[in-house]
Amino acid sequence: MEIPYAVKPRPDTGLYNAKLGIWLFLASEVMLFGGLFSSYILLRVSADLWPHGMVSIPVGTFNTFVLIASSVTVVMSWASLKLGRLSAFKGYMAATILCALGFLGVKSFEYHAKFTHYDVWFKDSATAQKYFTAAYGEKGEEVARKQFVERFHLHNTKATYDANQVQLAGHLEGNPLFATLKSLVGAKKETVQFTPDAPHGTHDHPKPIEVKLSDVMRLSAYVPSHSTYFAIYFTITALHGLHVLGGAIVLTYFLLTADKWWKKNPEQLANRVEVGGLFWHFVDLVWIFLFPIIYLL
Amino acid sequence: MQATTTTNTEAAHSHEAHHNPGFIRSYVFSTDHKVIGIQYGFTALVFLMFGFLLMMCMRAQLAKPGEAIPIVGKLLESLLGEVAKGGVMSPDLYNAFGAMHGTIMVFLAIVPLAFAAFGNYVVPLQIGAVDMAFPRVNMVSYQCFAVGGVVMFVSFFIPGGAAQAGWTSYSPLATIIPTHGQTFWLIGMVFLITSSLLGAVNFIATVIQLRAPGMTWLRMPFFVWTQFVTAFILLLAFPPLEAAGILQLVDKVLGSSFFIPTGLVVSGKAYDVSGGGSPLLWQHLFWFLGHPEVYVLILPAMGVVAEIVACNTRKPLWGYKSLVYSVLAVGFISFIVWAHHMYLTGMGTKISTFFQTTTMIISIPSVIILTCLFMSLWGGSIRFNTPMLFALAFLPMFGIGGLTGLPLGFNFSDLHLHDSYYVIAHFHYVVAPGTIFALFAGVYFWYPKMTGRYMSETLGKIHFWGSLIAMNLVFMPMFFQGLYGMSRRMSDGGATYALANTANEGVVTALTSTVIKLNVFVTHAAVLLLITQIPFIINVFMSMYNGKKVENDNPWDATTLDWQTPTPPPHGNFTKSIVVHRGPYEYSVPGHPTDFSPQNLPDPKPAK
Amino acid sequence: MSQDHSHSHGPGEACDHGHSHDDHNSPEYIQKTIKKYLMVGGILFGGTALTVAMYFVHFNSVALTIAIALAIATVKAGFVAGVFMHLSDERKMIYGILTCTVFFLVGLMGLTLWAMNDFPFFTIMDGKPT
Repeated sequence: MEIPYAVKPRPDTGLYNAKLGIWLFLASEVMLFGGLFSSYILLRVSADLWPHGMVSIPVGTFNTFVLIASSVTVVMSWASLKLGRLSAFKGYMAATILCALGFLGVKSFEYHAKFTHYDVWFKDSATAQKYFTAAYGEKGEEVARKQFVERFHLHNTKATYDANQVQLAGHLEGNPLFATLKSLVGAKKETVQFTPDAPHGTHDHPKPIEVKLSDVMRLSAYVPSHSTYFAIYFTITALHGLHVLGGAIVLTYFLLTADKWWKKNPEQLANRVEVGGLFWHFVDLVWIFLFPIIYLL
Repeated sequence: MQATTTTNTEAAHSHEAHHNPGFIRSYVFSTDHKVIGIQYGFTALVFLMFGFLLMMCMRAQLAKPGEAIPIVGKLLESLLGEVAKGGVMSPDLYNAFGAMHGTIMVFLAIVPLAFAAFGNYVVPLQIGAVDMAFPRVNMVSYQCFAVGGVVMFVSFFIPGGAAQAGWTSYSPLATIIPTHGQTFWLIGMVFLITSSLLGAVNFIATVIQLRAPGMTWLRMPFFVWTQFVTAFILLLAFPPLEAAGILQLVDKVLGSSFFIPTGLVVSGKAYDVSGGGSPLLWQHLFWFLGHPEVYVLILPAMGVVAEIVACNTRKPLWGYKSLVYSVLAVGFISFIVWAHHMYLTGMGTKISTFFQTTTMIISIPSVIILTCLFMSLWGGSIRFNTPMLFALAFLPMFGIGGLTGLPLGFNFSDLHLHDSYYVIAHFHYVVAPGTIFALFAGVYFWYPKMTGRYMSETLGKIHFWGSLIAMNLVFMPMFFQGLYGMSRRMSDGGATYALANTANEGVVTALTSTVIKLNVFVTHAAVLLLITQIPFIINVFMSMYNGKKVENDNPWDATTLDWQTPTPPPHGNFTKSIVVHRGPYEYSVPGHPTDFSPQNLPDPKPAK
Repeated sequence: MSQDHSHSHGPGEACDHGHSHDDHNSPEYIQKTIKKYLMVGGILFGGTALTVAMYFVHFNSVALTIAIALAIATVKAGFVAGVFMHLSDERKMIYGILTCTVFFLVGLMGLTLWAMNDFPFFTIMDGKPT
């Protein structure tokens, strides 16, 4: 028994089964990411404060270029098959997969940097001011407030914030992943070495300061529980990353079995690559929207 | 009449002998749409019974709050421990059973039965296809479903038990309950949604690509149309819930605050999260699926009823085109009515008006469908066999369910009725004596095709009359309880709010003893409903061996292509090539030797 | 999807498209498209660079910044969908499916946003009717 139109297109629709199937699947993906983008918009619109510049723009731009390049190579690999050039197909496909791996590598590097970066909020204004001075010297509070204003784009607002609402950002001693106030207290620590970030617009890192945990109201790495911004950032980019990974696995399979299919049925191989490519372009397309809303806006 | 009565079983056997896969290949990891359909059907029927038994425990508790559950009380205690101490359900356990009853009935019983089981078995046959477009995807779809079912089932036995926040899993309640039931629920749902999505892609691709030559869109049986629209609803409405499920899972496992507002206080303590989320966001994403899901439950049922009505009235469906356009309209509008579940959230007047309007508009095509089915009965020489009885009962029962929904679609009346037993009565009339009756009809109708034997008419009629009476005795009183203001989520059957309770003295709205005593009546009726299902179970198994054998491949003298195959259909379905020459319901065509003209019957004179 | 696409499909029947199937597979056609792909690749790189450049230009209006960034992203997405995914020249069936999808996506986003922004604030805060 053979399923009709598995390779040749059905005359009245002009499509072979898998092509229709992938488009239907992509339609559902549009709704999946549509739901997530809607959530992003709603959370952002209803948020009192929304942070900016939390992720590195050069890294994000680099990854965007990588994905766009992979989109070009994957469509070139399909065109090579159509022209009957198997070795060119292999080259382009290998380049696509390398791009995918590069993207994921950069992404995991980015994630790691976030997991070891911390914000600390102190239990009252006086304590907060004390630590700001320790970190940035005499005008410590001004520096901390400047960082706060820059992060939340508060230049044009008249709202005032208590010093203990202003975060102190930096790194913990030993660069631990996912540490929380609870886990630090649980490890029988009373104080912790904290290296504050450089003041806004400069690169000179202050010296580490000693932070008493009993002075801390909240301490959080840049993880989903940090804020709704990081929650949506990690959820959407991780889901997108899973799509990249899944796509890379499928494309690798096409590459490894290319010789066999080329002998057996070149048209079917081209179809498969076309369908895999459609998925790949969609993943790229999602990133084209993700990049500005996550990194730039 | 050669064409209609071929019993080509020998050809079928020799065909099967060609490739002789082992037991596991042919029954567990099968890629044959018929086997997968039966797998889905069987699993779904088991879950249907399981969900029903959960409710029986809850009904026992409602009738006699604080007393041990008869018969299974001891069993519950030994299985679940503390939460069922002495055979009495704790409120937590009641909540868990309630949440899982809803989840199991909707996602593990009715949808798989209506869409996946009947759709898988019947749709490829009715369009003259050899199989689904993607047989392996079809297999994976069932496996995802099975994994989801196992996760849901296992969650009863983890410490703290299953999810307790209702089948709607509203945040923040669902997130702040400290047990892991909700986590299991979410993981289970991700599998079930994935299964539905794979199934939906497959159904749509199959209907578009694999229709037999001559099977034009308007020659497709109405059942295929309903499945086609259902597949589209699943394809496009489920992903936002998957997104919401992922967000709630991140909230639950990683402690984020997508659905947790700033400043939430739980049991007198500030809830330790970043805050800034929106509980209403969950409700929007949930009901974006939740409402179309209602049409996923009802459309395939309408399709089944249409097939059975046409066949057993021996005349064409009245208004086939109106039916098709109505079902398409229902499919579209079902996506823009969802917030009528949320009037109580304090929506503004403009958006509220919008959703009330669309809700009223969607009742128009629904009524057209029901009217067409009623009109189809007019002047027919009706055969009152068991499938037809169930199909006939569907019409008024669904009518009651649908019409009682109108007061819930207007926000002024909904504010009173929201979350009361009235709502329960309304949607159970739609789904239980509505959809489930249609599915029973489908089982009785297609059983001969699946097994080559009829189901017993005697047992079938006992099953039908018993179920019809018991269903109405169960659900009709709930309308009155709801109108009196009885809330749907009370584990003590309303005793807390009883007039007899001294705490409520002088409270005008307290529940009278008449309203509360109805609980006992309903529970007895539910027991009757349980008993009347026994003939059905016996019938399904006994008829496999003892049922009357079918005389030919088309025992009901039907016109659609599913009856033009050998019985049961072999792998690859058709033993002759199929070309479609006519519409789906050419019954009693004047001048024809028989009162039915199968779709693949060539015209004596060629069409122009 | 309700239009009747499906006349019975005999072997000789043409596609519902202007040109026959073979056109799409001829080496000349593919050669021409390859040039197009490379050009679009260039446009995408340029578009990305432009988006990033715009970030460093400070507009006074937040709405304008967002509108510009999303407009560039939409144009880029249009090129990916139109050329790489061949949507500029695709079958009717696919257009039908995507039109439905867009309709529901707009419904999901638009109605949810509308619902979340249509709260009777004043009736709660001031006791005045809206």
